[in-house]
Amino acid sequence: MSVAQSPPPRLQMRGITKRFPGVIANDKIDLDVKAGEIHALLGENGAGKTTLMNVLFGLARPDEGEILIDGNPVQIADPADAIARGIGMVHQHFMLIPVLTVAENILLGAETMANPIFLDRSEARRRIIELGKRFGFELDPDAKVETLSVGWQQRVEILKALYRQARILVLDEPTATLTPQETVEVFAVIRRLAAEGHSIIFISHKLYEVLEIADRITVIRRGQVVGSRLPSETNEDDLAALMVGRQVKLAVDRGTSHPAEPVLTVENLKVKSDRGQEVVRGVNFSVRAGEILGIAGVAGNGQDELVEAITGLRRSTEGVVRLAGEDITGWTVRQRREHGLGYVPGDRQKYGLVLGFPISDNLVLTQYYKSPFARGIQKQDAAIEQWAQRTIEEFDIRTPSWAVPAGTLSGGNQQKVIVAREFSRDLKALVLDQPTRGLDVGSIEFIHKQAIGKRDAGTGILLVSAELDEILELSDRIAVMYRGEIVAVVDGRTANKEEIGLLMATGGRAPAKESPTGTSSQPGADPDTIRGGTS
Amino acid sequence: MDVLLDIPVLGFILQFLVYLVQVIGSGHIAPIILGLATPIALGALCGVMNERSGVVNIGIEGMMLFSAYVAFMTALFVHQAFPAEPGALFGATPALIAGVVAGIAAGMLISLLHAWLSISVRADQIISGTIINITALGLTSYLNRLIKPFDSAGTFQSFRPPAGLVNLPGIGWLLEMFTAVGPIAMSVLVLVIITQVMLFRSRWGLRTRAVGEHPKAADTVGINVIALRYRNVLIGGVFAGLAGAYLTLEATGSFQNNMTAGRGFIALAAMIFGRWTPLGAFGGALLFMGSQAIGVAIRLAPPSGDLGTFLAGIQQAYPSIYNNFFTGLPYLLTIIVLAGVVGRSNAPAADGKPYEKESPT
Repeated sequence: MSVAQSPPPRLQMRGITKRFPGVIANDKIDLDVKAGEIHALLGENGAGKTTLMNVLFGLARPDEGEILIDGNPVQIADPADAIARGIGMVHQHFMLIPVLTVAENILLGAETMANPIFLDRSEARRRIIELGKRFGFELDPDAKVETLSVGWQQRVEILKALYRQARILVLDEPTATLTPQETVEVFAVIRRLAAEGHSIIFISHKLYEVLEIADRITVIRRGQVVGSRLPSETNEDDLAALMVGRQVKLAVDRGTSHPAEPVLTVENLKVKSDRGQEVVRGVNFSVRAGEILGIAGVAGNGQDELVEAITGLRRSTEGVVRLAGEDITGWTVRQRREHGLGYVPGDRQKYGLVLGFPISDNLVLTQYYKSPFARGIQKQDAAIEQWAQRTIEEFDIRTPSWAVPAGTLSGGNQQKVIVAREFSRDLKALVLDQPTRGLDVGSIEFIHKQAIGKRDAGTGILLVSAELDEILELSDRIAVMYRGEIVAVVDGRTANKEEIGLLMATGGRAPAKESPTGTSSQPGADPDTIRGGTS
Repeated sequence: MDVLLDIPVLGFILQFLVYLVQVIGSGHIAPIILGLATPIALGALCGVMNERSGVVNIGIEGMMLFSAYVAFMTALFVHQAFPAEPGALFGATPALIAGVVAGIAAGMLISLLHAWLSISVRADQIISGTIINITALGLTSYLNRLIKPFDSAGTFQSFRPPAGLVNLPGIGWLLEMFTAVGPIAMSVLVLVIITQVMLFRSRWGLRTRAVGEHPKAADTVGINVIALRYRNVLIGGVFAGLAGAYLTLEATGSFQNNMTAGRGFIALAAMIFGRWTPLGAFGGALLFMGSQAIGVAIRLAPPSGDLGTFLAGIQQAYPSIYNNFFTGLPYLLTIIVLAGVVGRSNAPAADGKPYEKESPT
């Protein structure tokens, strides 16, 4: 641990309380961070981490409490104040403008000027390059941000804060969208920052990461600090229990699967994106009844289009999709569903639910036109209501009533509504697209259990997820998708995380610099050894 | 009609191109093109100002029309109160200058309404623009009928560049284009270049582009999104006001009902054609209105040879189509552009989306 001797701490937050109508988001939270310290803030979604950081960054006004920097009380009314006090924030959803260059993004709001009107671009460029070198990465200031990989965009965000001379750096879920290799690299940058005396607040819900990088860990639950730990004196189970408030099983017991005949088969499938590019380029696989096939891949490698082609939301240009032996390639969505295809879409609010409709109607969206929910053209509200009550109980959807609009539920409960709707039917095959994105530990546990249950009931499940951990935990087999192709299929029980991470990042080919700013320097790997690991 | 059939197509197109180069290069068509393009270019600058910061403004038409009326009436009143001889430069009088100032003020006033509705109230920006268009048309037509002015404050005069300049080989016509015009038309090129440079080289420009693409990102680095949008919409109002003043105080010297005749929308098309850049929009304005100017050119200096015979043939066969074709050409081009030939992919990402600080959860 690199904790500076001199008190007071770099940052102290004392008794921060923030109320929203009906909720106390932060209830007398105390937090202090020393110079050179990496302090992890751990908590479930909705625990109040983000609110606390919004208070620190001037995006929310606390109702009570005070903030001290280097022992002096400060008022932070807006982000400009926070920046002036040396606070930098790397948001979970990057605050970068894709069409602008790296330099323009970094300069924005803290412009280096040649005169009162015009920017001094060459000076800015020079400073950005210099700053990057200090922290061990070379960035092309003139590259457009949209051409950079996620890992590099993150570095731009960090540079953005450093350019403003941030001494306290908040990283909100910095690894959420990174491959394991990128995570390693970002961790190296974070350690280097701390070594230079920066104070880092690291927000995450990934327990092993927190244990790996943090000097200290503060756990928040329901707006309160429920514990503070040193990594040396705690473990994942302890942290999970603190975070959730009860013992949680982190990894579901997936038991043994008994794969039978193929139920969902994709042959030489080619699909074009909205922009007309072929993003699924001749994909072959089959999901057998009673198994989970996981598709791993960095977001944007054709997974979305693949899922849409299988579920009927998008036409494929070539190839065949078979469901239980039948060619369903040209079928409509409804035909596919009636033939036994279930689908939990990746964007639950956009495609999964009608947010303004009551839960009851959302629960019958796939069957509302059939008996007993309809008689002729007449909707049978009583039957729907009864069904809803039963399903809500069975799937443990936390809601005051079946009549509440789906949009008012928490993310976890919204997802449970979709899961309830899809899982409560007899299915031959089920497509799960990012089934637990953004959910809390408790909901993830529940949904994973349900998926295992459905598998054991003989459904073939195709699981697409950007969360590699989820893929590794659930899949019987893992297919890695890279640039529209399946580059490897490995056994899910013996798969190695680093190996899959490398396949996701490079497609199994030797890592190469792709552009001046390019992909990051991957740890050297022999492509043959990677291939050797595939089954 | 036999005459038409005898013409080989390619030769005919070549003839037409040669004629175009001749007529623009030698005659006095070039300044006419700039004159026609002036309100379009100014309107497009208004659009660029709005949309680059994330506010859709389809009310440019109404802003122009209202400004045109206010500019005209102000100039008229001042003229009647303090009659003055036209000045040496551009034939400017206090009345005309007061009219331009009033036109700009009117443009800014309506812009303020649009800004308030679309930024503060977060109303639908298309509706806001539509309201402005309908209200401006109704109000100016009504007032124009109520106070029927028979007098006029006159117009600005075109500058007369020295003959040596205009007769320079090769670029003479270009110099003539930008000098043998009135003050507002002359200012267009300057304004276009200033906005272009400012947008891509200045702090204001960087912030404007950022706010139009991703206002939240701008907010998190301490930029006041709301204030910036207000400011840009108001500056846009200056351009729309100037365009209106041009119509009544430089181009015609009178006010007619609905005299903008869709120019605000052509301006939007020019902006899209120019991919939201001032220079591109100016190019679009010149192209659109150049097509109309061809009609003028043909009337002033009819082409000879096959082409002349061909045109004369059409004029005889379809006189009404012939007489209106070139006037309608800019509208036709507008439809083609708006139908997506240029594509909307380059629009600022946050265009038309009101900004609301997310309530923290």
